[in-house]
Amino acid sequence: MPEKRVVLKNCGIIDPEDIVSYIANDGFNALDKVLKEMAPAEVIEEINDSGLRGRGGAGFPTGLKWGFASKAEGDEKYVICNADEGEVGTFKDRYTLEGDPFTPIEAIAIASYAVGASKAYIYLRAEYHHLFDLLEGAIKQAGERGFLERSGFAVDIEIYEGAGAYICGEETALIESIEGKRGDSRPRPPFPPSEGLWGKPTIVSNLETLMNVPRIILEGAEWFSRMGTEQSKGTKVFSVSGDVGKPGVYELLMGSSLRELVEGLALAENTKMVQVGGASGRIVPYENMDTSLSFETVLGAGGVIVFNESRDVIEMVRKNAEFFEEESCGKCFPCREGTKRMSEILTRFSQGNGSKRELEFLEDLSETMMLTSLCGLGQAAPNSVVDTLKYYRGEYEARIQEARTPTVVVS
Amino acid sequence: MDRIVQEILAQHGKGGSLVTILKEVQDRCMYLSENAMTDVARSLGISAGEVYAVATFYSFLSPKPLGENTIRICRSTPCFLKNCETVVKTVERELGISVGETTGDGKFSLQLTNCIGACDMAPAMMINKRTHGNLTPDKIARILGEYK
Repeated sequence: MPEKRVVLKNCGIIDPEDIVSYIANDGFNALDKVLKEMAPAEVIEEINDSGLRGRGGAGFPTGLKWGFASKAEGDEKYVICNADEGEVGTFKDRYTLEGDPFTPIEAIAIASYAVGASKAYIYLRAEYHHLFDLLEGAIKQAGERGFLERSGFAVDIEIYEGAGAYICGEETALIESIEGKRGDSRPRPPFPPSEGLWGKPTIVSNLETLMNVPRIILEGAEWFSRMGTEQSKGTKVFSVSGDVGKPGVYELLMGSSLRELVEGLALAENTKMVQVGGASGRIVPYENMDTSLSFETVLGAGGVIVFNESRDVIEMVRKNAEFFEEESCGKCFPCREGTKRMSEILTRFSQGNGSKRELEFLEDLSETMMLTSLCGLGQAAPNSVVDTLKYYRGEYEARIQEARTPTVVVS
Repeated sequence: MDRIVQEILAQHGKGGSLVTILKEVQDRCMYLSENAMTDVARSLGISAGEVYAVATFYSFLSPKPLGENTIRICRSTPCFLKNCETVVKTVERELGISVGETTGDGKFSLQLTNCIGACDMAPAMMINKRTHGNLTPDKIARILGEYK
């Protein structure tokens, strides 16, 4: 079976409200090992050797990021755990925190030790307010037992609750938000590991990325790098929703097939297409269902939305465009204007009022946004447009007004 | 200055985070009035425009008055696939208001929202800070009853 529990190892096993059950399941053994036996540089080397890459979608090598922050000059450094999962169709972090709020804390402590940070934040999205008390209780219990302050090492972990904005999942916007400002993306360079929160070296890591850290420390980089594909090590946690019999969270070895996930586990039938990576993700048509899930192919943050044969492709793409139009922070014009025009054009197509000229313009606009937007939001917003133009071009052409026969009915 | 705003500002001091202060004002006053925003700006030594820019950026902050309970129905793709339109219609019928409005008695405001991370229990909505999933017309009526 491709299912393998690394990140979700404790979910459903431990009592999320009681640190004793976490400790009984290897809890804080990795932090213990790090503090007793490993120098910060050795921790970074171990993470580097494991091949762990960021699970938020970008796939940046985690060890490399930590290395940059550790070498950066700064009297203060910060570690931020990104639990602002706002990507459409993604709920894995919610599920993970509901079942195991302790592993992130241990991982944050290890990361802080490795890069030399004494202050860390967990950026929790406002929509997950119900997790605030559970998480705060976990931090408190860890503190009371002395896990966050010993052998000359100390870290203060604070939960920072967002106020509702998709863009704040993007690391520079997230940093602006913790500083109390609008979540507008920053131009890069400088990158956060050299100049992040309040201008200090900062690492921002996805919750799922951090969840892997204690296991890598305990089992070793080699154990971790044996799982997965050449460029995608370990497992990935997927959130599956839409037209499936069993929506939910599934953890699979990297490189598992989309068919196994969608049909084998989530029990989808009569599938037309799948969007992997949420609203900003790629479209996989049914004939490509045997594609593997990895950084080399399709992945994103692991939000998998399944569409059955009754669904209208253009309407689904229009929903995505409407989402980005609303969530664009407005700082750079390719995204601010582009998402708006894209949404308008797709609305016309979905109503059967498209034109040949606009079909070409849609391609042009997509390319411009991908090349010139300031951050990932504008760069990835056209993904579903580009993919559906490739796989379902006929559906667009059928909505071109001049080509329409009088009897076409548009739902 | 409004007593509640004064209290919140005193708690945070000059170096307080603007977003955190506005969230607290929102929680306790139900919205960010012009006066409250001006007071916050003055206290932090920034322009009223900066405060307004933040107040209008985040979906959980509102410069317009909201009711005692804010309902946010998810309209993103996974909930859309599970007929969130029916949820909207049911809530509108139960409360006698449309999206963007507040009931006459000031009890409920109704909004649409983007993905709230409850796609495994679509269709879903939030009332204040609580998420309710697997919604059906009967269940919606029951849930709303709890807040009435």
